[in-house]
Amino acid sequence: MLGRGHKNKMAKHSVTTTINGDETEFNCDTHNTLMDVLRSELHMTGTKNGCGTGDCGACTVIMNGRSVNSCLVLGVEVDGAEIETVEGMAQGGTLHPLQQKFLDHAALQCGICTPGIITQAKAFLEKNPDPTETELRFGLAGNLCRCTGYDKIIRAVLDAAAEMRANK
Amino acid sequence: MAGLRYEAPNTVDAAIGLLSEVAGAKVLAGGTDLLVQIREEMIDPDLIVDIKRIDETRRIEITPDYVKIGAAMTGAELGENEELAAMWPGVIEAVELIGSWQVQGRATIGGNLCNASPAADSVPAIIASGAKIVVAGPQGVREIPAEEFPKAPGRTALEANEFVVSLVLPVPPKRSGDAYLRFIPRTEMDIAVVGAGVSVSLNEDGTCASARVALGAVAPTALLVKDAIDALLGSKLDDVTLEKLDKAARDACNPIDDKRGTIEYRTKVAGVLVRRTAAIAWERAQKQNG
Ligand SMILES: Cc1cc2nc3c(=O)[nH]c(=O)nc-3n(C[C@H](O)[C@H](O)[C@H](O)COP(=O)(O)OP(=O)(O)OC[C@H]3O[C@@H](n4cnc5c(N)ncnc54)[C@H](O)[C@@H]3O)c2cc1C
Repeated sequence: MLGRGHKNKMAKHSVTTTINGDETEFNCDTHNTLMDVLRSELHMTGTKNGCGTGDCGACTVIMNGRSVNSCLVLGVEVDGAEIETVEGMAQGGTLHPLQQKFLDHAALQCGICTPGIITQAKAFLEKNPDPTETELRFGLAGNLCRCTGYDKIIRAVLDAAAEMRANK
Repeated sequence: MAGLRYEAPNTVDAAIGLLSEVAGAKVLAGGTDLLVQIREEMIDPDLIVDIKRIDETRRIEITPDYVKIGAAMTGAELGENEELAAMWPGVIEAVELIGSWQVQGRATIGGNLCNASPAADSVPAIIASGAKIVVAGPQGVREIPAEEFPKAPGRTALEANEFVVSLVLPVPPKRSGDAYLRFIPRTEMDIAVVGAGVSVSLNEDGTCASARVALGAVAPTALLVKDAIDALLGSKLDDVTLEKLDKAARDACNPIDDKRGTIEYRTKVAGVLVRRTAAIAWERAQKQNG
């Protein structure tokens, strides 16, 4: 929640949006960010709450095809938008290649940065399916890993990208 | 007790009406500064006016005479417009330096300008381009030269209930080029210690026909540096010119001392950075035979 909650008592909004392909309606106050709505209202806790100021990327979601920090988007702003979160990546019991490669490469330690990084990597690879390591490192510069396990993350994403290209 | 209102009007007039209705109402573009300021309780507005549903703020218009960029266009969107990037590569590289991919998906050119940080990356490049800022308010529409727009840290030339609708850039003549460089201690995700924007147009003989030079992060606002422009005019960017340019940039500095750089350091870097930026703008101008 942004700023002082006391002000928001009379400002309820009814919002309709598409989340991971499903039409979703929710109510929110102006102060509620998209991250608040996802986690507290819709109980989609895959999107993590890190810094709340756009620095760490733990709350990354894809909005109308572009990755954004959901802590810096108001819930009310997503009326009519299409949102993708980490919950939408696995197809049934099959993990997305990015998710599978994170497991294969042990590219996570505490795991709090992982959903944001996987989501950002997906958005990045859609624009740049065959990145150099340097391009990828810039592409993930908005995601901080507090365990500092960056190298394995880079290996996992590059490997997933190769697999995704091969499966095209 | 009033609630925090949110409105997303579809027209410029409706937005002005809303801004006029509630004292201290805040314009919302990409929210990458505004929502951080609300979260940190630096501001506590009663109304947020989201301008992203107003058509004029959300388009790029390229005509033979001018280029008009909607204030609420994001860095990511501007970077994907190849025609614009070919005309004003320096403006686009400056806009694209703002934040991460996630920030790029939201942060707008108008928001960078209106937030009025002395270190805002796009502002020196916008000033160097010779842009005019198109502002709408209760009194109608007016245009402000970009260099007169930032007034102090966090303060702009906007009067009460006005907002920025678009930016108008000239179409560069033949043999023109612009560039923006910033110096940061890291390689990404940091605030400029110095930012330099240069645009030049060359004569057929390779001498400088017109130029604009702007610096960021070395004074309370981004600056248009007149002496640096005079140093370039008529020259071929030889060593003597570069030395004059360097000195003019250093003389224009009035920086702060902070953890990112001392006054002495920022001043020295400003001279070096402006030389490098001018060299890139020059090279682009030489390649651009129109
Ligand atoms: C993680 C992170 C990294 C960042 N990195 C950089 C960086 O490298 N370089 C840099 O320069 N900045 C950086 N920023 C700051 C910020 O992203 C930019 O200043 C951005 O361009 C602001 O645009 P916005 O659309 O998000 O503005 P908003 O937050 O929507 O608005 C900013 C301010 O301007 C006002 N405003 C916005 N649009 C208008 C308008 N059209 N008319 C009148 N007033 C208006 C708002 O009321 C508010 O006061 C960063 C921010 C974050 C969170």
